[in-house]
Amino acid sequence: MQTRTYPPKPSNVYLFGTCLIDLFVPQAGMDAVRLMEREGVSVHFPQDQSCCGQPAYTSGDAEAARKVARAQMDLFKQDWPIVVPSGSCGGMMHEHWPKLFAGDPVYGPKAVALAVRVFELAEFIVNVLRPDYSRARAEPCKVALHTSCSARREMGTRGHGLSLLASLPGVEVVEHVRESECCGFGGTFSLRHPDISGAIVRDKVDSIAGTGCQRFITADCGCMLNISTAAQHRGVGVAGTHMASFVCERLAGESA
Amino acid sequence: MSKHPMQFVPSADFKERARGALDDDKLRKSFRGAMDFLQAKRRNQFSDEEERESLRDLGSAIRKYALANLPDLLEQLERKLTANGIQVHWAETAAEANAIVLDIMQRNAARRMIKGKSMASEEIELNHYLGEHGMECVESDMGEYIVQLAGEKPSHIVMPAIHKNKADVAKLFEEHIPDTPYTEDVDELIQTGRRALRQRFMEADVGLSGVNFAVAETGTLWLIENEGNGRLSTTVPPVHVAIMGMEKVVAKLDHVVPLVSLLTRSATGQAVTTYFNLISSPRRPGELDGPREVHLVLLDNGRSQAYADEQLRSTLQCIRCGACMNHCPVYGRIGGHAYGTTYPGPIGKILSPHLLGLDEAGDLPFASTLCGACSEVCPVRIPIPDLLIRLRNEAKRNPNETVATPLRGQGAKHSAAERVVWQFWSGAFKSPKAWAALRWGATRLRAFTPGAQAGWTQHRTPLKPAPRSLHDLLKDKGQPE
Repeated sequence: MQTRTYPPKPSNVYLFGTCLIDLFVPQAGMDAVRLMEREGVSVHFPQDQSCCGQPAYTSGDAEAARKVARAQMDLFKQDWPIVVPSGSCGGMMHEHWPKLFAGDPVYGPKAVALAVRVFELAEFIVNVLRPDYSRARAEPCKVALHTSCSARREMGTRGHGLSLLASLPGVEVVEHVRESECCGFGGTFSLRHPDISGAIVRDKVDSIAGTGCQRFITADCGCMLNISTAAQHRGVGVAGTHMASFVCERLAGESA
Repeated sequence: MSKHPMQFVPSADFKERARGALDDDKLRKSFRGAMDFLQAKRRNQFSDEEERESLRDLGSAIRKYALANLPDLLEQLERKLTANGIQVHWAETAAEANAIVLDIMQRNAARRMIKGKSMASEEIELNHYLGEHGMECVESDMGEYIVQLAGEKPSHIVMPAIHKNKADVAKLFEEHIPDTPYTEDVDELIQTGRRALRQRFMEADVGLSGVNFAVAETGTLWLIENEGNGRLSTTVPPVHVAIMGMEKVVAKLDHVVPLVSLLTRSATGQAVTTYFNLISSPRRPGELDGPREVHLVLLDNGRSQAYADEQLRSTLQCIRCGACMNHCPVYGRIGGHAYGTTYPGPIGKILSPHLLGLDEAGDLPFASTLCGACSEVCPVRIPIPDLLIRLRNEAKRNPNETVATPLRGQGAKHSAAERVVWQFWSGAFKSPKAWAALRWGATRLRAFTPGAQAGWTQHRTPLKPAPRSLHDLLKDKGQPE
């Protein structure tokens, strides 16, 4: 991961909603829109978008991944930032699209040009929008933070997530044991190796539960669904909230 | 069960062995404890982040430079070693390497071998081979010795007996070493092992060791260790045979210094090991000790396949510290034996396909969450997740497809059924209309979402689509495109 330079606050941005949010956690997408609109930014959502191609890419079917990625690449015609409310999908577009299309005379340069415009939501809010959340609800609240591994390593999302949470009054982040360890999701890994994946997520659930926080915040829906449904399966009272929804929740009582 | 139960296990049974390991509470505790301990030790060694990152840059550059010049460096190494009186042997395969070692033993009328630690010798199953030819091999690294007594293979490349606890070792010593009462006192156990091995050093006709780095400009073999067994194995017996993977050559003596620092700090969290041995010749006239003959066996065994590919070549940058294992969420849960390969963990997943072929080891690259913990700690910056993805593609490739330089066993994990799934998937996601229809179906028919979802619901509640998709909600809101 390299240190990025950030653009000044733009008037317009694109939202890439990701397939998981689209189908399973659409409210997180709505909340992402709300947070950016709150800062006076016009959010554009090209309706023809679907998925970044990550599932096939990590499963060893680069051709299938390219087909799906290509279908997204012409949707963001204006030179606006592309904001992704998911670290690993953002990482796919920022880090892996250029590799996936290396050597392609048309899509190679396109991928490189797009990659620099892709930002993870928390990263974008903290470094570009720089909002003032000082009037958000102030009652004390403890949460754990989980960052997707690929996102943390490719997009630096742990730092951004912590900064964003730190800007909210009353919110305390409690570190859990082995916080930086993987939750065991790994896309199709969770289906291909259910036993190993199950053992890893069990430990993650226990570790979050061990903090006494029943709630963890994450900017990655794959991890969130993995940890939350694994906790639910065992009847452990741990559940995830998407970063965007959590921030919106804290802003709900904001005095105008 | 064979005399060597852990030998010759096919890596294809990975899933089954992983399941067994996951069910073994004692084993999981051993690994968890060891991983936490080793991670903390490494962290303490690299408290200065800037220093760590620049040292990793340097280490990576040194290894890349060596690989970029590999043929020349190997020739230079052979010339220098030969001039120094060390005999160099080239082995393309494991069988050739074994035959070379046997031949050296037979020419010296040797029967007994004492072994320092060598993963290359594990890789070629040397003990087994020599045993079949009437030779006796004794491992002298304490961990290796324990594993040998148990009739197993190492479960970690640096700490071979990491899966054993005190009680396991106490039982093994009581059973195998004469006049040894059962004790879980660690100091006493170490003294017992030490006494048993001391005798073997004196009796050995040949000492065998691995090599950490071979320096081309001087013809020097570097051997890093903590127990002194490496020094004894390479100096007491009249003949010393060293064996190394051909990638371990570096250009200059200066290049070894940062690599050693990276290696010991990454591996065991030590600033420096207790011993390092620089071996540059057999005993010279007038010298009182040292072996009469020194041999080096340079082993290819599939490495040239990785070398030939620009991307996969970085696999060979590895300096065998094992940090990738110590930080791997999968290795930490299933341990080393589940992999069924000499090199387990992340490095094993990217190296074994070259040593054994994708037909034999092609499942391993898929046994990763791609979390990247391995590449984050790798002292020479091997991009392990990228290599795993590449190997997944090669394993799944259609076998009828012709490529310029196919990997051994390429396409072995190709599945027509899976290909159809991805074709369907890409068809659905590349077409806005198809994806819209799928969304419509999934959200409107969410009541019919299956309760059992392959693999997922073994450990989780089912995933259920939301009543309306983000596309629908934003359309209703009148979101601009």
